[in-house]
Order: sequence, then C-alpha cells, then structure tokens
Amino acid sequence: MTPILGILLATSFVASLVALGILIWAVANNLIFAGKAEASTIFMEGEIGHPDDSASFGGENEAQSHRFDVLRAGIDRAGKGPVMVLVTAGILWLLIGSVFGVIASLKLHWPDWLADIAPITFGRARTLHLNIVAYGWLSVTGIGVALWVLPRIFHTPLRRPNMAYLGAFLWTLGVLGGTLAIASGWSDGIEWLEFPWQIDILLAAGGFFLAWPAIETAARRKSRHIYVSGWYFLAGMVWFPFLFLVANIPGLHMGAQQATVNWWFAHNVLGLWLTPIGVGAAYYVIPKIIGKPVFSYSVSLLGFWGLALFYSQVGIHHLMGGPIPTWAVTLSVVHSIMMFVPVIAVAINQHVTVANNMWAFKQSMALRFVWIGALMYTLSSFQGSLEALRSMNSITHFTHYTVGHAHLGAYAFVSLVLFGTVYYMMPHILGRRWPYPKLIQTHFWLVVVGFAIYFVSLTTAGILQGTALMDPGSSFAEITKTMVPYLEGRSIGGTLMTLGHFVFAAHFALLLLQKEGRSKAVDTFAPAEAS
Amino acid sequence: MNKLLPLLIGAIGVLLLATLMLVILPAWQMRTAEPPQRLQPYTEQQLLGRQQYVANGCIYCHSQQPRSTGQTLFDGAQGWGRASTPGDYFYDAPHLLGTMRTGPDLLNIGARMKSRDWHLTHLYQPRAIFDWSLMPSYPYMFEVKDEAAPDDVVVRLPAQFQPSGGRVVVAREEALDLVDYLLSLDRTYPASEGELQKRDRGYDHRPETTETPSNAG
Repeated sequence: MTPILGILLATSFVASLVALGILIWAVANNLIFAGKAEASTIFMEGEIGHPDDSASFGGENEAQSHRFDVLRAGIDRAGKGPVMVLVTAGILWLLIGSVFGVIASLKLHWPDWLADIAPITFGRARTLHLNIVAYGWLSVTGIGVALWVLPRIFHTPLRRPNMAYLGAFLWTLGVLGGTLAIASGWSDGIEWLEFPWQIDILLAAGGFFLAWPAIETAARRKSRHIYVSGWYFLAGMVWFPFLFLVANIPGLHMGAQQATVNWWFAHNVLGLWLTPIGVGAAYYVIPKIIGKPVFSYSVSLLGFWGLALFYSQVGIHHLMGGPIPTWAVTLSVVHSIMMFVPVIAVAINQHVTVANNMWAFKQSMALRFVWIGALMYTLSSFQGSLEALRSMNSITHFTHYTVGHAHLGAYAFVSLVLFGTVYYMMPHILGRRWPYPKLIQTHFWLVVVGFAIYFVSLTTAGILQGTALMDPGSSFAEITKTMVPYLEGRSIGGTLMTLGHFVFAAHFALLLLQKEGRSKAVDTFAPAEAS
Repeated sequence: MNKLLPLLIGAIGVLLLATLMLVILPAWQMRTAEPPQRLQPYTEQQLLGRQQYVANGCIYCHSQQPRSTGQTLFDGAQGWGRASTPGDYFYDAPHLLGTMRTGPDLLNIGARMKSRDWHLTHLYQPRAIFDWSLMPSYPYMFEVKDEAAPDDVVVRLPAQFQPSGGRVVVAREEALDLVDYLLSLDRTYPASEGELQKRDRGYDHRPETTETPSNAG
C-alpha cells in the first residue's frame, strides 16, 4: 500500500512540474501567443498611454478618454442591470456580515454579553459572519465584477442579462435562507459548508444562471484572444460549481474522510474561487487605470496554470497532525510550497506594472485599493506557504494566527481589490462621478488602519497561544488570560473596518440616489448618451 | 490562450486530478476502517446532543483531535488522550475535528469530566467554575423556575450565580442532550497498529505509543 501511495504522490508532483515545463516551453517557442498585443486587448485603439480613472482623475485625462468610451458604454449597457443588482446586494451583505463579525469578536472577550439571544451566540454569529462575507459579499460582488469585465475584454455586450437577473435573485435568496437557517441552529456543521444542503440547491441554481451568460458571452466574443482576467473568471465559474456540488452531496462523506472533503473544498473556495475573482479583477483594473498593458504578459500563463495545478491540492494542510494518512498531508505541504511559483508570476506582472507607474498609485484611489489588495495576495500566499511547513504549522495550527492569515487573504486581498474595482467601475456604468471623493479616502484609512490593528493583534496572539499550546508546562487558564488584550485589539480593528464599510455603503447609496440631471455627469459618457 | 473549450476542459481536468488525490484516494484508504471494538454507536439522545453541539457552533473553539506525542507533549499533559485515528470517527457525521483551540480538545471529555452536574453548571455559567473562562454562557438552554418539578434537573450553582428570590435554574432538554453527548466522548481505548498507520505520522520520530497516556481520564 505505502509504495503505491508513494508512487501516486510522486506522480502528482511530477505531472504538475511536467505540465508547467511544457507550458513554459510552448510560450518560449511562440506556440502560445501571449505578448504585448494580447495584453493590450483590454484597450481600444489609441487608448494606451492615457490613464483612466473616473473615480479620481480630472482635467485633461478626462478629455483624453472622451473619444473612446462610446463603444464601451454600449457594451456596458446590456449588463448594467444585473451588475448593479449584484454589486448592491454584495454591499448589503458586506454590512450584515461585518456586523456579525464584530458581534462574534466582542463575544470572545465579553462572553456573557447578549448571551441569552441564541441566534447570535458566538458559534452562530461567527458562522454567519463567515458565510455571509464569503457567499454574500465576496461571491456576489465578485460575480458582478466578472459580468462587467468579461463583456469588456470580449468586446461584445453581455448575453442573456435576464438569466443573470434570475441567477442573482436565486443566489441572494440562497444566502438569505442559509443565514436564517444558521441563526436558528439548522446547520450542516461543516466549516465553510454550514448552509444546509437543501438551501444550497438555490445557490447551485443561481450560480448556474449566473455562469451561463458569462460563458455564452465568451463563446460569442469579438476579440480573438481571451485576456488573462477572463481565464481566471471563467475557470472560477466552472471550478466553484464542481467543488460546491461534490462537497454538498448528502450522505456521501463521513467520519475522518469527510474532513479531507471539507478542506479540499474550503481551501479551494479560497484558491479556485475567491482568488480568481481578486486576481482577475486586479489584472483588468491595474493596467486600465495606468493606461499601459501589464509588464510581462506571458508570465501570466504560468501564474494561472500554476495556481490551478498547485493551489487545488493544498487543502489537507489544514489537517496536519490529524487522523488523516501521512501521504495526503505531505502532498498538500509540497503543493503549498510550490504555490510560490504562480504567486511570484502574478507578482511580477502586477507589482512591476504599478511600481513603474507610481504617479498613478499616488493619484488614483481605486488603484490604491486594488494594488494594496494585490500586494496582500503576494503576502498572504507567502505566509500560507510558510504556514504549511510542519515546523511552522505545529505552532500556528489551532490558533488565532490562522484567523489572521485567513483575513489577510479574504479581506486585505480580495475585499480591497473589490473595493477598488467598485470605485473604478461605478462611474463607467452610471455615467456620473462619486459625489464625495473625500469619503473614499475615509473608507481607505478606516479599513487599512483597522486591518493593521486586527492583523497584528491576531498574529501576535496566535504565536503566543501556539507556543504555549506546544509547551507541556503551560496551563490553559494562563493561555486564555494572555489572549484577552489581543482579542480586544481585534474587536477595535474589526470595528474600524466595519465603520469603513458603512462609509463605503453610504457613499454608494448617495451615488445611486443622485439624480442624473443634478449631478455632474462624467464627460466621457456624454457622446454615449447622445447616441 | 485564445480558445474557450481547452481552457475550461483544462481547468476541470486539473481539479479532477486534485479531487483524485485529496478526496478519492484518501477515501479509498480510510473508508476501509472498521469501528474499534470498544467504540459504541451514539444513542438517540447523544445524537440529539450532537446536533446541539453543531447548532451552537462548539466546533469553532473546540477541536476533537488530540496530537501525537511525537508532535507535542502538551495534549497528553492536559489529559486530552492519545492521538486519534480515522476509526475513532467511524460513527461521526458530520465530522467535528475542528480547527481551533480557543477552548480545550474535547475528543475525550467524557472520560475526563464524568459529572453531569459539572457540565450543566459549566454550560449555564462557565465562570461559576473558572473565573478566567471565555466560553459563552448558554442561558437559553436553561429555565429559571420558582420551584423545580419532580423530574426537573436542577443546576447546582454558587451563591452569586443563583437567581434571586429563591428561584432555581433547571436544564432544558437541549442542555441534557448536549451533556449526554459530551459524556459519551471517550476514545481512551488503545488504537491498533493498523489504525495508527492511517493517521498523519509526519511528526513522529519514534513509534507512536498505542497506550493511552496514564494521566488521561
């Protein structure tokens, strides 16, 4: 048995390396075209060299983009409805999810606070927070962004917008149903899969009706090349349904074996769903704002297929030292370390592009959110790879350190990228400016400072907790008492982040409520409205 | 990357490989496990209690997977029990391995804390037992009554946690079920060598002891 498994283990690793080797060889020999021309498909003729950020720039830059947006506004128009519905729903879920997060955080150091209200006991509030931000805020807003970016990179309007409306409705209903279920104590009990499977059917149907328009739009694209954001979004839209269906089949998995399914699913939700959303959005927004194609486009192929090959097999590192066969754990450790490859590939593309154009970073609030988010992707991935080393994992496993790491990925990376993307796309969709640019800065500083406090608190707490949990001489009472100030710090950071979200949501509401006539329409859209 | 179909097929192909490695092969190896002889299936009441454990999210602070002595001596020193094996979870659906230790590991809590009264007091007000505890109190699993009925289980509390006016705290069905489940958690029987082969031994430099550490229970 052991040799067979050893051979399989080696096969998986060698197969991944060979696949990547073939890819590099193909790119090097021009069998796959991924050069400047392909990287420039996001631009229309004459657009390169002209920065574009209606959320921040004014003056001459505005005049520059004046000529080009007629066509693109036409492309945006078909999908405008579903995209606006998805983004609005996503922001509402962000507010609800954040409030549950703060409640759960406070309850960790005020254990008797509101203890008689069962729906918000710590175990439920924490679970509501996770599911609402993952399947409400991140997924719903992410799909909205994808349905806006895909038609643009394919140079053709979104197909079947009515189907997308139906999908958005079913998905939102599913998240609402799951929320009520968890609050009332009806849960499947598996981390990241707490929504009862009966309610998950709504999410599955919703996801189907949201993915169909995206894939049909891709099939009827007017551009020959599929831009890198498209790979991530489209792959995510087939990965997530596959993961979600297999993990939710009732009665199929049980016992310790179910734990492997659990973490295969849960880590892939991050790696093959939320990460593609964040990386895909950043790959579109960064070069668009700067007005130049990404730095080294062919490397992005390596980033994408490396992510697919390695990220998909890292999940079992969550079960290190547990009742799971050694080889499965080792396999995930090896692939976790290999994640350095795709992460560095993405970093080369995105960070060098921005670093060469720091003027844009200073001027554009949208780019500031997106690039800091992209930097946090690099950091959280490096941290994740190191955390998967056995020596490191022995300390960080079972501690608040992991929670800090999860928020570095899901929040500092994906959420920040989504904030910036929403700031960038709304003026393009609505044809009017954000009414109070100062509020964007307020939002930025609240979430950045809040997150810094949050992350430092939990990381320090986790290291102290983890070292003590390895020391047979320490007592549980002492460990618990040591945690309190750091848990309080986390509540302060989380509250600041939540305040930032309310500023963001209020600004978004003001933007929606503005009457077309009274607001100063973005000049770039004048010709589009006239046509 | 100019073709849609190869992109989607490639993406699914890679995920199928991952599913083979992380789901199908471990399942093939682990599902052959026989339940250990001394492990009893849960009773109906224990299963109801298990549902309470799930519904109230106990898993988010309590793991159910003691570590091996090769990795750390802490778990043994706490009396949490020997390193667990796949067979220990034979009757578990959903699995409740957990990923956090804000509170102690509970796989052998039934062997460690055998008193139903202790558990009821601790669920009603953890700080009645440990003043430093951060565990939530669960008042909604209990009822405050003027007088206990004959079949009521009265919660024993220190004076400062007693309700005023001579009233008493009695356990609701939820609390009794949950405690019954907690008392059933006992995997202190020895694990067979075959079972130990199926757990992660990546930390173990010496052969794992098959005996329960003497201070467990």
